Amino acid sequence: MLITVTINGKKYSDDITPDLVLLDYLRQKGCYSVKRGCETSNCGLCTVHLDGKPILSCSYLAARADGHAVTTLEGLQEEAAEFGAFLADQGGEQCGFCSPGFIMNVLAMVRELKNPTEAEIQEYLSGNLCRCTGYQSQLRAVKNYLAHKQEVQP
Amino acid sequence: MFTAQQYVKAATLEEAYTLNQKRNNVVIGGGCWMKMNHRRYQTLIDLSGLGLDIIEETPEEFVLGAMVTLRQMETDEALKNTFGNGFYEMTRHIVGVQFRNCATLGGSLYSRFGFSDILTFLLALDCEVELAHAGRLPLAEYAQMPYDRDILAKVHILKNGRRAAYESFRQTATDIPVLTCAASVLNDTLRVVVGARPMRAICMEFPFPETEEAMEEICRKVQETVSFGSNLRGSGEYRRRLAGVLCRRAICSLKEDAVC
Ligand SMILES: Cc1cc2nc3c(=O)[nH]c(=O)nc-3n(C[C@H](O)[C@H](O)[C@H](O)COP(=O)(O)OP(=O)(O)OC[C@H]3O[C@@H](n4cnc5c(N)ncnc54)[C@H](O)[C@@H]3O)c2cc1C
Ligand code: FES
Ligand code: FES
Repeated sequence: MLITVTINGKKYSDDITPDLVLLDYLRQKGCYSVKRGCETSNCGLCTVHLDGKPILSCSYLAARADGHAVTTLEGLQEEAAEFGAFLADQGGEQCGFCSPGFIMNVLAMVRELKNPTEAEIQEYLSGNLCRCTGYQSQLRAVKNYLAHKQEVQP
Repeated sequence: MFTAQQYVKAATLEEAYTLNQKRNNVVIGGGCWMKMNHRRYQTLIDLSGLGLDIIEETPEEFVLGAMVTLRQMETDEALKNTFGNGFYEMTRHIVGVQFRNCATLGGSLYSRFGFSDILTFLLALDCEVELAHAGRLPLAEYAQMPYDRDILAKVHILKNGRRAAYESFRQTATDIPVLTCAASVLNDTLRVVVGARPMRAICMEFPFPETEEAMEEICRKVQETVSFGSNLRGSGEYRRRLAGVLCRRAICSLKEDAVC
């Protein structure tokens, strides 16, 4: 079947199989930041934005993305690098395996929630599992990042 | 992951229903549950072109399309204004925001999972499901029906002033619940729904308790009457104890909350 999807601002038309998941389609398109973790919809590693909203690309059919805009980490490199520095400062990235999905969800949260509380941050990011950090360093990094954003553009 | 040969974005509900009568065809909601099976389907039937992804409010009811996501229900202001925190509470523990942006109301109710937060809370409200072929019927009836090949198109929720509260208990955040409990009140009648027993949710009604003793008596009755089973998340006996606690919390929040 033929689909047309905008990926990181660029339009692609492709003939795909109906059961192809978005994750595999995006990797075929060279978006290697999009990774498969659990494949049971639990870990959040495969997070991408569909029309600005975070979704799990391991569970979402590429066919469903027809006519929509998908953003991956490759499309948000500057912001990702900015937040990544806060993550590194706090030791919030150890093996780094969870980072692409985590960063994508943090960037979605920043767009969706205005001045989130700590509880709201934790709730928004609860679908991103991390085996290494125990989450506290990630939480500090997110809070510092939000405070920094407030400072530069209140 | 399942495989499929064809993908049809249905142009009408009738077309979707006709396609769904073939044994190897299947309706796909968010696909989050389906992706965990390894079946070989002929045709995936997509309802996303039928305008079923909206929450409508009329003076009498809310009408939720089957393709409404869990996240839409979680964040909808009109649902919150009418039913308080219930929709938020029933959804917020389910996996994560990304998951809830994918999983749908239709997929959740069709599945009628024993552990379902969604089924538990919606049974506490006055809901009817609208099926493509069988038409409208009470959610409580649908919840007991065997799986068939009809399509769930919409859910109607009556705005009759019923107040409702929702509680669930999980071993860890975002896990499937060990037990769920909803309570609601209308015209001095209390409805209690207990789910994740781990069997499908069950409803009971009592006169609304005015005193502490009457509330304790209701919680005891729930514990005694409902059957609870064991699985890897908890024993039947553990669930029985939890039921008393969650039931009490849900009734208490109805007493405290005159608004929702
Ligand atoms: C890892 C994981 C954890 C979960 N945790 C919880 C939890 O804690 N609490 C909870 O309540 N739920 C939980 N769920 C269930 C989840 O909330 C959804 O109920 C589930 O994903 C189904 O929704 P879906 O839209 O993805 O349906 P799909 O996977 O698309 O479909 C599920 C079934 O419904 C059928 N179907 C879909 N839409 C319709 C329709 N409109 N008419 C007729 N049939 C239809 C499909 O053919 C399929 O048989 C969990 C699911 C997963 C995968
Ligand atoms: S790979 Fe998608 S949620 Fe884990
Ligand atoms: S840093 Fe290793 S999984 Fe998160």
